Amino acid sequence: MDIERLEKLGQTIAAALPGSVTGTEIAYGELNVYAKAADIVKVATYLRDETVCQFSNIIDVTAVDWPEREQRFDVVYHLLSPRLNTRIRVKVRTDEMTPVPSLIDVYHGADWYERETYDLYGVLFTGHPDLRRILTDYGFEGHPLRKDFPLTGYVEVRWDDEQKRVVYDKVALTQEFRTFDFLSPWEGTDYVLPGDEKAKTDGKGS
Amino acid sequence: MAETSSLRNFTINFGPQHPAAHGVLRMVLELDGEIVARCDPHVGLLHRGTEKLIEYKTYLQAVPYFDRLDYVAPMNQEHAFCLAVEKLLGIEVPRRGQLIRVLYSEIGRLLSHLLNITTHALDVGALTPPLWGFEEREKMMAFYERACGARMHANYFRPGGVHQDLPPELIDDIEKFCDPFLQTVKDLDGLLTPNRIFKQRLVDIGVITLDEAWNRAFSGVMVRGSGAVWDLRKAQPYECYPEMEFDIPIGKNGDCFDRYLIRMEEMRQSVHIMRQCITKLRAKDGQGPVLSTDAKVSPPRRADMKRSMEALIHHFKLYTEGFHVPAGEVYAAVEAPKGEFGVYLVSDGTNKPYKCHIRAPGFAHMSGMDYLSRGHMLADCCSVLGSLDIVFGDVDR
Repeated sequence: MDIERLEKLGQTIAAALPGSVTGTEIAYGELNVYAKAADIVKVATYLRDETVCQFSNIIDVTAVDWPEREQRFDVVYHLLSPRLNTRIRVKVRTDEMTPVPSLIDVYHGADWYERETYDLYGVLFTGHPDLRRILTDYGFEGHPLRKDFPLTGYVEVRWDDEQKRVVYDKVALTQEFRTFDFLSPWEGTDYVLPGDEKAKTDGKGS
Repeated sequence: MAETSSLRNFTINFGPQHPAAHGVLRMVLELDGEIVARCDPHVGLLHRGTEKLIEYKTYLQAVPYFDRLDYVAPMNQEHAFCLAVEKLLGIEVPRRGQLIRVLYSEIGRLLSHLLNITTHALDVGALTPPLWGFEEREKMMAFYERACGARMHANYFRPGGVHQDLPPELIDDIEKFCDPFLQTVKDLDGLLTPNRIFKQRLVDIGVITLDEAWNRAFSGVMVRGSGAVWDLRKAQPYECYPEMEFDIPIGKNGDCFDRYLIRMEEMRQSVHIMRQCITKLRAKDGQGPVLSTDAKVSPPRRADMKRSMEALIHHFKLYTEGFHVPAGEVYAAVEAPKGEFGVYLVSDGTNKPYKCHIRAPGFAHMSGMDYLSRGHMLADCCSVLGSLDIVFGDVDR
């Protein structure tokens, strides 16, 4: 996988889809293409059908949650071109409310991946025929892979001997959940150290 | 006689507790007579939140979770994660470490294919193959145990190499294992391949064209069965696969029987690769460290810690804080026995992954179940399911 070829491919894609593709980047030897969420179907169709691309295999659809950003989700598509032996990553941005067009008409394999992304992140997809939860329990609430969802979750199940069925309870932790902070206080933590009265209140340490 | 309006499709539940479901799979099947009109697999009954848990663990603590995905071939999963971390860190695995990784990846492939072929035969009515196959699997699990101390949950591959070197007797025993194993494969071949019942249940069942397979996110044996000459070990080689000599078997018809034949041939090819690894491990340039010597990533040897203060500090820091990984995102994939197993890792420069998405081949294959089983008989669902090679550890994550 030579970088030059990827660079050239990135330039070709950006030139062919002005407006839809907002930028390309090569990092760690992988080609990233940033696209507009509303145009993702157009971009994917181009990538699948164009002779210089032929990304016929959809590898993966997922999201990355950056809660501090206004558009908190990066929806990430990994595509593979077996003909050219090349991988590509397409990223679009969205938030909790704005739906992303579904790729199901371009790639049938996107079906379950989009359901999974909806289930775990709460990203909405328009045009998906069957946007149900897939991995979590029947009747589950919340989107577990969001950064503001606690690791322990909110409910736990147990067998109730009187009702003779499994019941849901609120999670009861016998010990407080422990997270250890390993960020060096000399290298830019963005919180005030406990007991550090002299710290400025504008956030950024000293 | 009967009014046609009174005819309706019959909906049944297949699973979640069904011996041919290979784990916890619930399929809602809509049947028109005995023909499957619609198949809606309900997965997630084994969902353990692996990806969420990994976000709260250091990179080293995340490795054991990968054993528990596809628990039939644990080390192949670890391999993908280690490759992703190594890509971000930019470290090189020593040659002996690479050889051991390849050797154990191929043992994993044998474990997985052996389980799949034999239980697939069991699903369609043959009782003998599992008895033969599981005996061999037990021997291979002993090799796992002798390398890392655990039969299944290995935690053997580490970012930077493998945890410990193999004793020379173990390498001898793996070599001795190869020939009798090929004999077992031959026996299985003789029992199943020409078998009339086995063929009736597999030939022309679950046919998929190559274009459709690519479009449905299939990989591995599922695309090779439809004629794609595509194997990540050859196409995008990692570790020391470029110097290994092996063939990629492909199918012509894209049906269950072709996929079965491919798995049989891949086992023979895997043994061939294992033999080459053993030869190279014994050669002069196959000696040396098995773990990267970068002290900031790989822990010091126990002996060093007795004498060197610095080694002791490194040990303490690595096992409490863990190493920090540069910010960035990578995707690394390996040719796992079931298809392309990939890890999409996003790092924010701390000692824990910001996000670790696991691209499990079984998940994509399971989503094609509806397409593959539509129009087939109810009993063919078992054949199709068997040839998809599903393990719920990696479908549900």
